[in-house]
Amino acid sequence: MRVLVAMSGGVDSSVAAALMTEGGHEVVGVTLKLWSGPDGEMPTAGCCTLSDSEDARRVAATLGIPYYVLDYTEEFRGGVVDRFVTDYASGRTPNPCIECNRTVKFDRLLSRLPEFDCDILVTGHHARVVDAGGTWELRRGTDRAKDQSYVLSMLGQRELAVTRFPVGEMTKTDVRRIAADLGLRTADKPESMDICFVGQGDYRGFLRRTAPDAFVPGPIVDTTGEVVGSHQGVADFTIGQRRGLGVAVGDPRYVVDIDPDRATVVIGPRRHLKVGSIHLRDVTFTADPVEGGVSVQYRAHGEVVPGVLAGSTVVFEERQEGIAPGQTVAFYADDRVLGGGVIASTER
Amino acid sequence: MIYLDHAATTPMRPGVWEAMAPLAAERFGNPSGVHEVSRRAKDALEEARERVAARLGVAPSEIVFTSGGTESDNLAIKGAALAGGSRRGVVTVATEHEAVLATVDFLERLGHPVTRVPVDGDGLVDRDALLGSIDDDTAVVSVMAVNNETGVVQDVAVLARAVAAERPGVLFHTDAIQAHSPRDLLTDHVHLMSLSAHKFGGPKGSGVLVVRDGVRLEPVIHGGGQEAGRRSGTTDVAAAVGFATALDLAAEDHSRLATTVGGIRDDFEKIVADAVPGLVVNGGDAPRSPQHSNFRIPGVRNESLLIRLDRAGVAASAGSACQSGAPSVSHVLTAMGLSRDEVRESVRFSFGWTTTQDEAAEAASVLIEAVEALR
Repeated sequence: MRVLVAMSGGVDSSVAAALMTEGGHEVVGVTLKLWSGPDGEMPTAGCCTLSDSEDARRVAATLGIPYYVLDYTEEFRGGVVDRFVTDYASGRTPNPCIECNRTVKFDRLLSRLPEFDCDILVTGHHARVVDAGGTWELRRGTDRAKDQSYVLSMLGQRELAVTRFPVGEMTKTDVRRIAADLGLRTADKPESMDICFVGQGDYRGFLRRTAPDAFVPGPIVDTTGEVVGSHQGVADFTIGQRRGLGVAVGDPRYVVDIDPDRATVVIGPRRHLKVGSIHLRDVTFTADPVEGGVSVQYRAHGEVVPGVLAGSTVVFEERQEGIAPGQTVAFYADDRVLGGGVIASTER
Repeated sequence: MIYLDHAATTPMRPGVWEAMAPLAAERFGNPSGVHEVSRRAKDALEEARERVAARLGVAPSEIVFTSGGTESDNLAIKGAALAGGSRRGVVTVATEHEAVLATVDFLERLGHPVTRVPVDGDGLVDRDALLGSIDDDTAVVSVMAVNNETGVVQDVAVLARAVAAERPGVLFHTDAIQAHSPRDLLTDHVHLMSLSAHKFGGPKGSGVLVVRDGVRLEPVIHGGGQEAGRRSGTTDVAAAVGFATALDLAAEDHSRLATTVGGIRDDFEKIVADAVPGLVVNGGDAPRSPQHSNFRIPGVRNESLLIRLDRAGVAASAGSACQSGAPSVSHVLTAMGLSRDEVRESVRFSFGWTTTQDEAAEAASVLIEAVEALR
């Protein structure tokens, strides 16, 4: 086969590329250039330093495969960064990595397979695509602790038919061992936990710089509507937040609701965080649509909880905490991904 | 691989490496010492300087060896702007190489008055607009001879003469790194000229700044005062010899480059234009270097085209590249009035001393096929 490998410069995609070359396939490596500069500005010299792409380039050279950097900065800004900012300004809790998978990575790269004369796309995600007799199933990666099927839950048959995740069959330890055995420079590279465009940790600083207009001061009220404090902008808050409220009340208080239209943050006791059902937008299924009992995962490495899916609504068997609009939800049957969606609203 | 990216760099001409090699091992001395070993290196260095000077029609004392074109541009512009006393300003052109533009940006941050004169749709700077940007504060005017992306030729001789006539006392620098006949550019009114060896069959990391006698220049690299105090640091004798050797070979090959290679370029452009409807040559109505061809193919993104060409064994470029290897959005074409999308549909083929008619014809058919596949 001819294989296009999306290489991030990390160990997983390095090994994914290596496994493909070892398997005798004809491999082309690409890195998506998504972002330039901490504030989005192009460096004045018109050059873009990207140490991760340098790692990917070196790995590609070690493997003896052609390698290209593809410029998706505009698409990323429009599809991911602007949305991230809008979401926070609207009181939602987005997951930009999933948004990137949804709007940039898979769509764009898959559409370019013919351009590279490639048959399939390979990435370094920890997940598996299984041929189940005419249907492509998306399954959790073998290493459950590293499983990334949640962030891939928007993929459908069209995508799964031409996408493979070779490291999904192995543990992270195996991945690193193979990388070391092959002498790949990324073998010991630490995992990146940060949102790529925010840098280290502080997404609120990023929001303040990027969207100062989103920081409209307003009141903090309790669940009866009484004003108990003030804030500098709803983008500073997420549902379930306990710290940094600047409000002294006897019992622990949490952000239980955010009303961006009135620039109001509502705080309340923990029981107000309990969510009984959620309404979703952008619901997709990996194969045929399903209804009824499903296992629901609403955090990247969260556990699954039972719920009932009906149309675009999920009713939890037991009410859940830590759920906010903007988060992605994935449906599972055992280790098989059935589909997913994005939380539009929640109900207690 | 068919290599049509000579504007990015060229392979060394036969004989250059051989001329350099003895300086690395046998005649390895530091040319600034007192002993025999140093003298032998110093002799080689000064002989190289004399050869370069003779080729360019200047005095050996007017040749400053540098680490390449970028350093030459930096030294010329910073050196002039910092040595000019009350004259601190820089006037340059919007389509200059980054080595000039980023240097000018830096000086602007230090408080130097800076003007970047726009160009017209063909990439040419207007003489009166250039003159009108010069004032009593201007220390140096910098205009590149041949644009690295489009090959568009500015009339440096005319511009330099006009500056000298209207604004005596202002220095004139030209980045001649892409020019195939730099000697012709060195009129009395050009005070500083940057050259880079690897653009004409010499080694990378080897450049020259021509500094006409009497020009005051503040060094940008301070230290032991080598190169008559203009460029400190132990001089790379091998690089200097490589420069001199390549310059000799290029000069001897000059008419072939101008006519034969220029003809190959013209044929290539014609074959492609006939087969690809809508093709527009960028700077096509301006005088152009015989070695450059930069054109736009509507509906075909340059990134996709260049990858496809690479896969098919043809090396071309988008004119300028990021460190990451992805094409960056060309400031040159933008300054010529192309939209962002038009810039992203533009590719550069550049021809050089190794290019053959057969190679260019093969590249043209590969290109035509790639365009058809992508359209």
